Amino acid sequence: MIPKEQKLTKKVFQKGIDMKSTRDAVGEALIEAARTNDRVVVLTADLKESTRVKGFSEEYPERFIEVGVAEQTLASVASGMANYGKIPFITSFAIFSPGRNWEQIRTTIALNDVPVKIIGAHAGFSAGLDGGNHQCLEDLAIMRAMPNMIVVAPADFEETKKAVLEAVKNRKPTYIRVQREVQPIFTSAKSPFKIGRAEVVWEDKNPQVAIIACGAQVYESLLAAKDLEKKGIECLVINCHTIKPIDERVIIRSAKTTGAVVTVEEHQQNGGLGSAVSEVLAKNFPVPIEMVAVKDSFGESGKYEELIKKHGLRKENIIEAVKEVLKRKNI
Amino acid sequence: MTAQELTKIAKEIRKDIIRMINKAGSGHPAGSLGVAEILVALYYAILNHDPKEPDWYERDRFILSNGHVCPAHYAVLSSAGYFDRKELLTLRKLGSKLQGHPLRGNLLGIETTSGPLGEGLGQAVGMALASRMDGKHFRIYCLTSDGEHDCGSHWEAVLLAAKYKLANLTLFVDRNNIQIDGKTENVLPLDSLFDKYMAFNWNVKEVDGHDIVAIVNAVKEAKGVYDKPTVIICKTTPGKGVSFMEDRFEWHGKAPNDEEARLALEELK
Ligand SMILES: Cc1ncc(C[n+]2csc(CCOP(=O)(O)OP(=O)(O)O)c2C)c(N)n1
Ligand SMILES: [Mg+2]
Repeated sequence: MIPKEQKLTKKVFQKGIDMKSTRDAVGEALIEAARTNDRVVVLTADLKESTRVKGFSEEYPERFIEVGVAEQTLASVASGMANYGKIPFITSFAIFSPGRNWEQIRTTIALNDVPVKIIGAHAGFSAGLDGGNHQCLEDLAIMRAMPNMIVVAPADFEETKKAVLEAVKNRKPTYIRVQREVQPIFTSAKSPFKIGRAEVVWEDKNPQVAIIACGAQVYESLLAAKDLEKKGIECLVINCHTIKPIDERVIIRSAKTTGAVVTVEEHQQNGGLGSAVSEVLAKNFPVPIEMVAVKDSFGESGKYEELIKKHGLRKENIIEAVKEVLKRKNI
Repeated sequence: MTAQELTKIAKEIRKDIIRMINKAGSGHPAGSLGVAEILVALYYAILNHDPKEPDWYERDRFILSNGHVCPAHYAVLSSAGYFDRKELLTLRKLGSKLQGHPLRGNLLGIETTSGPLGEGLGQAVGMALASRMDGKHFRIYCLTSDGEHDCGSHWEAVLLAAKYKLANLTLFVDRNNIQIDGKTENVLPLDSLFDKYMAFNWNVKEVDGHDIVAIVNAVKEAKGVYDKPTVIICKTTPGKGVSFMEDRFEWHGKAPNDEEARLALEELK
């Protein structure tokens, strides 16, 4: 069951649910933020249309910097601007920023502790047809290894807007992962959101397993929960949009309540959300964990849905993992 | 082959590019159409290679740095005999050897993985250094785009090639004046590329990138230079041969729909 206070859209399980991409939310939220905060500036590396900041560049040309195909410079220039007092958002594909410019981000942004906001677009499999060398399945791992960095993988369009608006104010280096594909908007403007706080978006009476997900996989997990309910398997679904700092309290509590956890993410199994959850539980309350994630392989050309299917990130795979973890729990 | 025959092959390559990207529903037509002559010159008149024995150790190496123009490379490889033409239409499909950006080991004739920009010249420099260590005499060729000159990593490799006087290395630049966000001179001004490479101690040539004879002659001259790497700046028209694509950066990464593809093929007849 969906807890009332989550205020999810009434259309959550309907065919006609609204669809938009999380990258579109970045563009909208930045224009909104710029209206009330003149320190907000945007920099891009020859990808203003794809990262949806073309609108910003037209509305606020004097607060927009095009650096060319130069992601390392993108990071260091933004660091300089933040050090001076601006709140720079840098946009590119995740594979290039924070992929290519990781060390520049580490030194000039994280170690300096200046409030640059890194928007990693086309993350996960959403670079689809472009192929494996454009699909970034490692960004959560490399960013959460970095001190001072906040790492957020919002679940849908509404949530991405809130993440961007909060990042404007949080005074911290912040990474926000977004995607190209349209996906269901299941939260609403009124749904609770705070960076660092996980939300329980599905809660049965006697849950036997907690499904902890981030990004587009939160919705997929809700679909799984609904099917599982019909099969008589009760569960929790946790929207763990913030990978760092991770919400230890909610994760530990869910493990104590259920005794079994499944993590779901569009990312390598090594180092992502599943790893972060495992670290928390291994230290505090060990329970069996199954991870629905990419199993140490690169992507390839294909449609987004084909790749999600091939790499086992769909509802069916979550249900399968739930059954597996329940078997292990009952040993 | 005569220059006329080669020009005709370039035209066939252009048709393949349109068909492939249309079928895939995504890809990069402008750059691909613009480099047809450069690639035809390479595979039909410059490279010492054998499509029947792609792993031949003494072959010249060709590194495609601006990987997004791979439809042109795939079409030329197939036309030169590396693989069956039928495979061209699998571009960008799940399980295809013709990945959206080239993947090493996937397809005969593809020396390296590329797509992320600014990484090709460094690999070419590595091959040039390694083969020289072993006293090999084959040559290394690399194609890069003007947009890649925004990348610091490209210029790092430019410096290194000059330091080691890599005369066995020849770089082609697709100087088409466009990238994704607009004209190169608006996004990040590059002129004068000629003077920049001169200042970096390279042997510099500038040619019409659609003139196959001029390209081949420039490479011949490069072989007579023993103390410098050579760059051949090829002035090209993005979208060449398709009037509504020519010089328009909007066609950097947009697939022609069925009607546009029909019109394009009509023009390329
Ligand atoms: C490091 C990196 N950053 C960004 C991109 C996205 N990208 C793909 S092509 C391109 C434009 C490059 O300009 P150019 O190669 O001259 O394009 P063309 O003339 O072929 O249209 C960009 C920014 C990339 N592939 N690699
Ligand atoms: Mg160009």
